[in-house]
Amino acid sequence: MSLLKIKNLKTYFHTRAGTNRAVDDISFSINKGEIVGVVGESGSGKSVTCHTMLGLLPQPPAKVEGGSVTFDGEELINLPHSLLRQIRGKRISMIFQDPMSCLNPYLKILDQVTEPILIHENVSRNKAETRAIEMMKKVGIRDAESRAHSYPHEFSGGMRQRVMIAMALVTKPDLLLADEPTTALDVTVQARILKILSDLKDDLGIAVLFVTHDLGVVADIADRVVVMYRGKIVEQGKTRDIFEKPSHPYVKGLLACRPTLETQYQILPTVEDFLQTQVEKDGSIMLSECPDANKRLAELKSETKYNNPSGDTSNVLLQVKKLTVHFQTGGNFLGKPPKIVKAVDGVDLQIQSGQTLGLVGESGCGKTTLGRAILKLQNTKSGSILYDGNELSNLSQADMLHFRKRMQIIFQDPYASLNPRQTIEQTLVEPMLVHRIGSNHSERKDRIVSLLEEVGLGAEFLLRYPHEFSGGQRQRISVARALAVEPEFIVCDECVSAMDVSIQAQVLNLLRELQQKRNLTYLFISHDLSVVKFMSDDMMVMKNGEVMENGKAEDVYKNPQSEYTRELLEAIPKATLSGENSSF
Amino acid sequence: MLRFLTDRILQGALVLFALYTITFFLAKAMPGEPFTSEKNISAETKANIRKLYGLDKPIWEQYITYPKNIITKGSFGISTSKGRPVIDIIAQSFPNSLILGLCALAFAIGIGVPIGVLSAVRKNSWIDWACMAVAMVGICIPSFTIGPLLQIYVAAHIPGLKVAGWGNLEDILLPSFTLGLVSAAYLARLTRGGILEVLSQDFVRTAHAKGVSPSKVIIKHTLRGGLLPAVAYLGPAFAALISGSFIVETIFQVPGMGQHFVNAATTRDEFLLLGLSLFFGFLIVVMNLLADLLTGLLDPRVRHTRKTD
Amino acid sequence: MKMTDPSKKTPQGSSLWKDARARMAKNRFAMGGLWVIVVMFSLCFIFAWFCTDPNQVNLTNKFAPSSAEHWFGTDALGRDLFARILYGGQVSILVGLIATAVSVAIGIVYGAISGYAGGKTDAIMMRIVDTLLAIPFLVLVIVLQATLSDWSGDVTQWIVGNFKWDKEFTGRLTNVVPLFFALGLLGWLTLSRIVRAQVMSIKEREFVEAAVALGYSKSRILFRHIIPNVLGPTVVYSTLTVPGFIMYEAILSFLGLGVESPNSSWGVLIKEGANFLETEVQLLLLPGLFFSLTLFSLNFLGDGLRDALDVKAAKD
Repeated sequence: MSLLKIKNLKTYFHTRAGTNRAVDDISFSINKGEIVGVVGESGSGKSVTCHTMLGLLPQPPAKVEGGSVTFDGEELINLPHSLLRQIRGKRISMIFQDPMSCLNPYLKILDQVTEPILIHENVSRNKAETRAIEMMKKVGIRDAESRAHSYPHEFSGGMRQRVMIAMALVTKPDLLLADEPTTALDVTVQARILKILSDLKDDLGIAVLFVTHDLGVVADIADRVVVMYRGKIVEQGKTRDIFEKPSHPYVKGLLACRPTLETQYQILPTVEDFLQTQVEKDGSIMLSECPDANKRLAELKSETKYNNPSGDTSNVLLQVKKLTVHFQTGGNFLGKPPKIVKAVDGVDLQIQSGQTLGLVGESGCGKTTLGRAILKLQNTKSGSILYDGNELSNLSQADMLHFRKRMQIIFQDPYASLNPRQTIEQTLVEPMLVHRIGSNHSERKDRIVSLLEEVGLGAEFLLRYPHEFSGGQRQRISVARALAVEPEFIVCDECVSAMDVSIQAQVLNLLRELQQKRNLTYLFISHDLSVVKFMSDDMMVMKNGEVMENGKAEDVYKNPQSEYTRELLEAIPKATLSGENSSF
Repeated sequence: MLRFLTDRILQGALVLFALYTITFFLAKAMPGEPFTSEKNISAETKANIRKLYGLDKPIWEQYITYPKNIITKGSFGISTSKGRPVIDIIAQSFPNSLILGLCALAFAIGIGVPIGVLSAVRKNSWIDWACMAVAMVGICIPSFTIGPLLQIYVAAHIPGLKVAGWGNLEDILLPSFTLGLVSAAYLARLTRGGILEVLSQDFVRTAHAKGVSPSKVIIKHTLRGGLLPAVAYLGPAFAALISGSFIVETIFQVPGMGQHFVNAATTRDEFLLLGLSLFFGFLIVVMNLLADLLTGLLDPRVRHTRKTD
Repeated sequence: MKMTDPSKKTPQGSSLWKDARARMAKNRFAMGGLWVIVVMFSLCFIFAWFCTDPNQVNLTNKFAPSSAEHWFGTDALGRDLFARILYGGQVSILVGLIATAVSVAIGIVYGAISGYAGGKTDAIMMRIVDTLLAIPFLVLVIVLQATLSDWSGDVTQWIVGNFKWDKEFTGRLTNVVPLFFALGLLGWLTLSRIVRAQVMSIKEREFVEAAVALGYSKSRILFRHIIPNVLGPTVVYSTLTVPGFIMYEAILSFLGLGVESPNSSWGVLIKEGANFLETEVQLLLLPGLFFSLTLFSLNFLGDGLRDALDVKAAKD
């Protein structure tokens, strides 16, 4: 008997801009004690499904247009709130993506973890608090008794998520809804949290609905998988079946477009290689399989022109020696000494012209600071930056103007990288005006149009504003802007980290093509080891401002020298099912 | 905590210093000597004052002498328009202003905050519109229109309520209501905004997901954060009450500091002006400090330094 | 690989201002407020020219009721109330607008410099602002106004002597202008804080870093990238400052420290009207009505602007 049964569920959002069919007729079920992974990209409706179940959506603009959700025989849709509240937190609990914003900053941790017990069970406060502390210990919070009296902002991200888990499981519910609980965490922390979840699941016998965009995570922990796309379920089944023998073109594409550690592609396949999407006049979507998907894959496999000859005598374009960046925090005029954070601590690196150096590490390791310091966007304390033989570290900002044409950067957040008050044309022409590229207006305009086409966009974008475009499109515009000054060297600062996997593949391919066409040199920064390994010739691992490991990307992966690198590799959800790449 | 207090006290001292400097030089810039037109001060007193405050000495000396006299002798000078020591005037009128101010504050909080909470909880309903309309009235209709209107339409018709004057307990009612109305309006809007802001936060959704009842979500999870903008406003609210007292005391004939301040300005009474300004400044510094402490009490993020795991 | 563009057909984009205007147009209160202000403006500045002289004293016609000649009747000195209200409106509205303009001019510059410079400069500049803010505004304004208005007599003489302007006109001018400055000089503080906060948050956004990386000069970044993005909240706050200053002027006038005759303002009219409450309520109510209506409308307009611009900011 299934614990939770969803049948033909439809949740639509009615806004002034139109009706969004967030969840469009989906059906699946969860049995007692099993983990079901719901996988999808942004806009797939996976989160909305969870929220609908517990009635957490604001009723205008959201509306459940039809279908049923049966929990242990009881219908949840349209259940009166007083009854729904008895289920929430007691029989079905939920944990969310961002623990900082999801915990009440004004209440103590103990108070928040104890609350579900006090609401749903007739137990004394003391007893409830004891149970809460016990659960906190179970999720791995050391010194739980004393730390329970702290506030959320005093905990780190991983600890806060543990608190959320404790809070959700303290009443021993039957079902746990987990909405992207590890997405905002570092990969090593994620590994630990996933282990906690799976241990607790065995211990308490709960069922888990695990929503994520990360196929690797799902492969590791889920018994069954449901794949969603644009509000519909495109495929569901046992994890092994989905990964080894996917039938739906979207799933095939999704699996293929990830740059895994094993991948041999130079250019990634994308979802579009497998799936054709057609938007009908009435807003519904027609999906069909691309007939020559396999041929395309074979083409890609034999693609070799992107192989960068490494180890030859191409000159060293960038050489950094003993670079140090210090940050100062705290301290005031009453005499308290300020604390010094060594963001970058004596780092050496070098990149040869036309190659890519990958920089990988977890949050706070200093990789972003290093990237910015090389471009003199960040003040350095000491060390040398040699660009094409020129010492940059002691140059003033005015003197840097010449080099700014040659060294560029693409940022992580596509929503913040473009000036919202400028049209695309203004954004792209400004660098040309500043650096005197192009001798008249029409020549510049031609250049702009060709830049846009080079990044896969069109001239019809020129008079529009950034907010009218998607994240992937905006990132392409950022690339075009960087290219406008004809640079040789580009720092890619987590520039695909904020994207869905399918868009990520497109942008990575674009970067590869551009590198090959224009002989660009990249410093590719990311926290995602798989992506970094895919993009890089050489790879550097950082932790706490220091370099832990440095070498050819393939070597670092196959033969990691440092303990930390091994830890990182261990932590990556591998989707270790052997067949994962066999047909791809 | 100690660091916080010393920092704020130092800042408060800086504020008073700035206030004193500006007011002093402006007062000195006003044409005419403090005594040129006053008859109700004896020649002997005038000579004494001249000596004490060195009115014939250079400005810089006078600048230092005045605060020195405050600290050593507790003297704020003599009011030329009233012929009495300023400190006496303050001592006599401060209690009245204090009572007026506290009652007004009580009205402001007692009316403003509940209206704000109600509005936020029933957003976009008719209750919301009605409450916010009332708040608008408080902001847009000046106290010197409401006050007189209250006087003729309420005081005149309810026995026991004098139109103006200060002596019995009932006399406090109308003036403090008029004075508190503006602050009530601002508090209502700020509270509504603050609570709506908190309601849109993720942790409220978490509370719902735990099965917390709607009323408990408001009281336990929302109020503390939602009241923060209102608490932050208490400092400026107090300043507004002081400013408002100038009008209300004039209309309702309340013998408080506000009335004296206005008189001092109209009659160019230098010492009274200086003394009262400094006193007001001092009160506001203290009030701001209290408001900050209260904010710290409500918001633990302000209190603690960040610890990492 | 070409990406097809799934959005609109027309190539012309819609800027954030355009979207905000569209959103505002749907807000009935804000639009209503806008219309009232337009009407009020026309009445006080255009229509007023065609009215009878508000200073025309006619002691034989005191407290006259409403008539064809005197639409609102007359006041204690037989002066036409309607004309007095319109001319009073001129002063009140002008005070609000000019004081706001002064505040905004100082506040934007100060706040932008402080926010953009950062570090020690910013710390010192903001300390100054915080200190001044802690001083009771009205206390300072009153003292400042008292001093300035005492000088106005001398200033009038100086102007009349050197520039041969009309004595009466100059007298009225020097009486009112100090008020603009007293209010404006002290009212920029909060605005500078708002501008500074906006500048600091914009400064951290990646498109500003991109501008630095592209080699743009500091002034280009400040004027083309930062300030245009700061305008939104600044405009909102400025709109809400105008009614605040109108209120301050009224308070000062009521206390006898503001505008003096022959100038009149709504504050002065209300004060005069308060003297005759028991018998001639309209002398208080009518100016009060105009006053409150203007303030209501300005506040609704400001709130509407804030809602219109805010949502866009949130979407970004």
